Amino acid sequence: MNALTTIKSTFVPLNMENVDTDQIIPARFLKGTTKDGFGKNLFRDWRYEDNDEAKPKADFVLNQSQFSGEILVAGKNFGCGSSREHAAWSILDYGFKVVVSSFFADIFKNNALNNGVLPITVSEVFLAKIFAQENDAILTVDLQAQTIKLTASAKVPSLGGDLGEAFEINPYKKTCLLNGYDDIDYLLSNKEAIENFENQSV
Amino acid sequence: MINNDNISFSKNSPLGFGGTQTLFDKIWNAHVVKSIEEGPSVLYIDKHFIHEVTSPQAFAGLNKRGIKVFRPKQTIATADHNVPTLNQHLPIKEELGRIQVETLIKNCSEHGVELYGLGHPFQGIVHVIGPELGITQPGNTIVCGDSHTSTHGAFGAIAFGIGTSEVEMVLSTQCVLQTKPKLMRINVEGELKKGVVSKDIVLYILSKITASGATGHAVEFAGSAIKSLSMEARMTICNMSIEMGARCGLIAPDATTFDYIKGREFAPEGAAWDKAIAHWKTLFTDAEANFDKEISLDAADIAPMITYGTNPGMGIGVDENIPTAANVNENDKSGLEKSLAYMGLTAGQPIKGQKIDYVFIGSCTNSRIEDLRMVASFVQGKQKADGVEVWIVPGSKQVEKQAIEEGIDKVFEAAGFQLRQPGCSACLGMNEDKIPAGKYCISTSNRNFEGRQGAGARTLLASPLSAAAAAVTGVITDVRELLN
Ligand code: SF4
Repeated sequence: MNALTTIKSTFVPLNMENVDTDQIIPARFLKGTTKDGFGKNLFRDWRYEDNDEAKPKADFVLNQSQFSGEILVAGKNFGCGSSREHAAWSILDYGFKVVVSSFFADIFKNNALNNGVLPITVSEVFLAKIFAQENDAILTVDLQAQTIKLTASAKVPSLGGDLGEAFEINPYKKTCLLNGYDDIDYLLSNKEAIENFENQSV
Repeated sequence: MINNDNISFSKNSPLGFGGTQTLFDKIWNAHVVKSIEEGPSVLYIDKHFIHEVTSPQAFAGLNKRGIKVFRPKQTIATADHNVPTLNQHLPIKEELGRIQVETLIKNCSEHGVELYGLGHPFQGIVHVIGPELGITQPGNTIVCGDSHTSTHGAFGAIAFGIGTSEVEMVLSTQCVLQTKPKLMRINVEGELKKGVVSKDIVLYILSKITASGATGHAVEFAGSAIKSLSMEARMTICNMSIEMGARCGLIAPDATTFDYIKGREFAPEGAAWDKAIAHWKTLFTDAEANFDKEISLDAADIAPMITYGTNPGMGIGVDENIPTAANVNENDKSGLEKSLAYMGLTAGQPIKGQKIDYVFIGSCTNSRIEDLRMVASFVQGKQKADGVEVWIVPGSKQVEKQAIEEGIDKVFEAAGFQLRQPGCSACLGMNEDKIPAGKYCISTSNRNFEGRQGAGARTLLASPLSAAAAAVTGVITDVRELLN
């Protein structure tokens, strides 16, 4: 897993709520036996007409070249539905390192963290501010300080100056992300405690 | 073989007299190996189910680290998500699907994991076979790389879906890292009306609390209406707790639970049975226990339910009109228009009478023998409507076998229903069982997301009874009008 500390980037706004994992990656693309290559099928059915890569849907944000960056911003209850970790893999493989929403489904959040993708939960107000921006606005994430900052678009002066918010992250998960450790490393280092537990429980 | 010695009984499991612990607390506390300060707990897992789709990368991870499965006897594998439901004796035609199944066979044999693969008499959907083999037991912690693992909670177990990284954790250490969820209790009291079954209860709860109403919570289902349900009906409810956003769902075990387990393939026997029962009887929520959230519903208010939208919380009584932006719940307001456009339905219109093209009776929600019996007794002597395709996909080889023994297959055949072979099938449309774009499918499965049953497919979730009624009439039907 790659370590993650600070990220400063433009973002891709996906202004939709309840984005479920079947939309993030439809089941028919779960047939891989490795973790690679899922990015090309990220949001597959929203991205292409008739499932045809030659026919991108112009109204879908991933097909709008003015939007890019390492941060995906989405409406509330992102990642609900199936537990498929392929959803996190496809987001990572596409090139996102951070997903911002006002609410994440549990399993997705865990899966993202286990793959070095940082899910940041922000307030509804902050989220609305982000969605109101233009494509030159910038988000700066500082994991150590647990802050996210929005540098407003220069194109729309009325959107006003910078806006910051603190976000929560479990301290254990934070340490893992900052150092690029994963849970398996941690659990493997606890084999003895696990064996003791087994011996005590009959 | 599952080794029953591996069931965890914690010595300090409280008896709960006058206590303040919930059912969830009792099981959770008995499985915490250690807690990380300000972090998650290391939770010991009793039973781990795996399947072909979410396990290959986990085994690859183990192989990369050069380690073997830590407790191979506590993992049980089957092939279900991606298998064909016709001609299972032939090689799988679709290449990628075949590779996944072959990879599972190879991984299981290299790591000493029992596999109930295609052709095995125990093969079936993970959440159907675990209970029917008696592997799923009260007080267990159970995980699987599939969100509907919550099904097993019907036995009074903590059972939840995990991602592939966590599958790798369980394979390598028999543990996962979990933060204790908040606790919620949903009480359903009273008696169900005629034509209303457990699927309607859960769709009704979803319509009330929405698809995110239980997020972050473990939900205990309680109340007289829940207690009166069979094990299979209880599984349908716990199965869909994930659709409320819950981490898991559970129901306190009782005589119904014990009777169901007794005598099954891997159920404890003799002295082990007595010891197990003594423990299982301690698994209930103490009178003084508190929940973070609690709601109560009246069973008599529930009508046969049907979904009209693209999340399982978008459900209504079959005799109601599709909501409008003015009366839809807050959670679904912003998505209503998009959802109805996808579904080709109109706000404010009745759902009854909506034409359907496909009927899918299957999935880990409703593919057990009682579901098939319910459908068969309704369609006996009736015929499917013209132009409707009806697929019945049993949850397991054992369900299929029993259906044939009971002559249910003949009833389906006479009605023009197609009885297929076990698997997840059109629940997620990973194999060739897909609903074509734009077609309407009344489905007993658990998710009506866009494209879930195939790109562009339009899913209406309902009970097996409502699905059978629609199969016969060709339109969404209030089954109560057809019952005498
Ligand atoms: S039947 Fe559907 S929900 Fe159940 S395990 Fe299979 S894919 Fe998942």
